[in-house]
Amino acid sequence: MAKIKPRVKVPKKAEAGEVVEIKALISHPMHTGRAKDKKGNVIPRKIINAFRVEFNGAEIFSVNLEPAVSANPYVAFPFKVTGAGTFNFIWVEDGGAEFTASKDMKLA
Amino acid sequence: MKLKMTTISRRQALVMMAATSAAGLMGVPALADASAVADKIKSITGGAAVGDGADIMLDLPEIAENGNAVKVAFDIDSPMTADSYVKAVHVFADGNPTPDVASFNYSPASGACGASTRMRLAKTQNIIVLAEMGDGSFQQASATVKVTIGGCGG
Repeated sequence: MAKIKPRVKVPKKAEAGEVVEIKALISHPMHTGRAKDKKGNVIPRKIINAFRVEFNGAEIFSVNLEPAVSANPYVAFPFKVTGAGTFNFIWVEDGGAEFTASKDMKLA
Repeated sequence: MKLKMTTISRRQALVMMAATSAAGLMGVPALADASAVADKIKSITGGAAVGDGADIMLDLPEIAENGNAVKVAFDIDSPMTADSYVKAVHVFADGNPTPDVASFNYSPASGACGASTRMRLAKTQNIIVLAEMGDGSFQQASATVKVTIGGCGG
């Protein structure tokens, strides 16, 4: 399987009160459990089923993903800046494996 | 998506047609339909009235050439304070094998409500976005996406 690699984009600096866009993508095949391989065997379901974002330890946003989300799931969402801090991004795969990334943001 | 074209005999064609219609009768390629989405919405709202979603801005393509990755984005005009905020947004597709696409959960700490992602669509269908407000009310918006090539694999 290709390596599962998270990528996130957060502005380095933002002003307090500003709404910034956070972009997050993880390379993952998102097997739906419906497709078949070349021999006709069903590829078992394996998807990223949850994604959550914490800012300074408090959860600000989360997503429950279903098989209908495309491969390499990408999620962008707005966030109103209240102060400097650290974002933690956590993706959870079927079976419980977690993938994480973190980014710092400073006040402009 | 790779499509391999092979020539088939008339006999094979007839066998395939018979198999397809039999499968159709048994409902094997079960796709969700509007009623499955309605059931889902009912299980979330508990039968509460759903508003017409004037504050929900949907960003969906009219025609998607490839159903494997269709952009879906929404923005909801909300002050996102403890008194008035969007708690969750559920996205459904009424022509996919299962109606769920994704659910987004917010808190007043998010400060703004919206999201953008990419989804798989099996065929031309309606996308329904249901927003659950912090005060327990619901708003809904929908749009139709025409799909040229479905994205279910297999």
